[in-house]
Amino acid sequence: MEEIIGIRKLKKSFGRLSVLNGINCSFEEGRVVSILGPNASGKTTLIKSILGMVIPDEGAILYKGTPVTGTFNYKRHIGYMPQIGRYPDNMKIGQLFRMIMDIRQEDIALDDDLLKEYKLESMYHKPMRTLSGGTLQKVSAALAFMFNPDVLILDEPSAGLDPFAAEALKEKIVHEKRKGKLVLVTSHILSEADEISDHIMYLIDGQIKFYKSLHQLKDETGEHKLSKALTKAMSEEICLR
Amino acid sequence: MLKIAKYIVFDIVRSKVLIAYTLLLLAISLTIFMADADVTKGLVSITTVIMIIVPLVSVVYATTYYFNAAEFTELLVSQPISRKNILMGKFIGIGSSVLVAFVIGVCIPVSIFAFSATGITLMASGCLLTLSFVSLAFFTSTRTRDKARGIGLALMLWFYFAILFDGLVLLFLYSFADYPLEKAMIGLTALNPIDLARILILLQLDISALMGYTGALYQQFFGSGAGVVFSLAMQLVWIGAPLFFALRAFKKKDL
Repeated sequence: MEEIIGIRKLKKSFGRLSVLNGINCSFEEGRVVSILGPNASGKTTLIKSILGMVIPDEGAILYKGTPVTGTFNYKRHIGYMPQIGRYPDNMKIGQLFRMIMDIRQEDIALDDDLLKEYKLESMYHKPMRTLSGGTLQKVSAALAFMFNPDVLILDEPSAGLDPFAAEALKEKIVHEKRKGKLVLVTSHILSEADEISDHIMYLIDGQIKFYKSLHQLKDETGEHKLSKALTKAMSEEICLR
Repeated sequence: MLKIAKYIVFDIVRSKVLIAYTLLLLAISLTIFMADADVTKGLVSITTVIMIIVPLVSVVYATTYYFNAAEFTELLVSQPISRKNILMGKFIGIGSSVLVAFVIGVCIPVSIFAFSATGITLMASGCLLTLSFVSLAFFTSTRTRDKARGIGLALMLWFYFAILFDGLVLLFLYSFADYPLEKAMIGLTALNPIDLARILILLQLDISALMGYTGALYQQFFGSGAGVVFSLAMQLVWIGAPLFFALRAFKKKDL
């Protein structure tokens, strides 16, 4: 399978605090990769580096084999759903969608599945500042999928979504994966990661603890559930020390 | 770039702060012109007022807006747009909105009541002053992370240029009173965009005769074509240089 995003010896520190300590990995098409790890393990920083929002100190990020640090064109192939979507206050939902379309100016068929699923079109006149956290997440999700990107990066997608909306999002993720897209998801909800992902990356202190397929992880630990497999994998790790 | 500017202008128009600023400027210029039949006096009064208010509002408003639109910037950075275009779009959007407020509030009344060489100088230097303080606001905003510190820095900048700088110049003059400082004074003036604007306007008014020998030298320098070109060029530097450094900082900034 073709590598879509490659990460080579990525290092980043904020002041004295080192957040990413040499990350090396590659993400291939048709995969759903769950990036797991405790708080402050560098998940969001990793994602933001891929998006060019955080500028790495060292190392390279490749999109289909080309280094992309400092460039911006590759971002048209990425859909990003932030942890907490924040948008201009005075803007209405409809205006926000129209503005992003206007700025990107792409002549591709728009993917409005989520827009319809979440019935956002009927809320086009609502200003962003009046929206609840859940609705904001729906807007972010719809925006991320809208331009049919090759890569989807979802940062804690189901936090704040109601169960129905979260289910719809899960279905959408699986659907996009079947089309051969790459989906990167960070999450703290293990049952969800268990359902949708086929690879698990576990980060601790800015380093990859392991990056395996879900099957392999389950086989190695002899567990059927990701949560148990993960606990077992981590405790064995500790015992081996 | 222009599209981003367009959306920022749309957003600013919907907020009331800038409209209030426009009305304030309009009220000041109209009352001054109405109250006094002597147009020249009116121009001097307007100069005094706008040299304080215009830099203050420009720098504080641009800083506040910059930080309030932080989410918007984050959203844009995740889209396929270069960082340069994002920042320039923001500058054009904010700069043109504050400029339009100045044009409506000051330029229009001045053109109606006192359309003369002095009036034109006043309008031009006011516009350049607005832009240079918006540019300075970008410079400080790209270097700070939080809003409170950003606005504090903006206020300090205004305080320095509008008040402290003249005090420092006086101190300098006093300390080196034994030396011929006239040429140095011209150089010092270039270090403050407000002074550049003020001197340019006052020299159009023939009251420089009251400013003694230095005034005469100013008259000779800034009154000449080369002097006007020099001060305009310096004002453009005050717009371009902070923006250039802001751009450099923004390209390396983590969001």
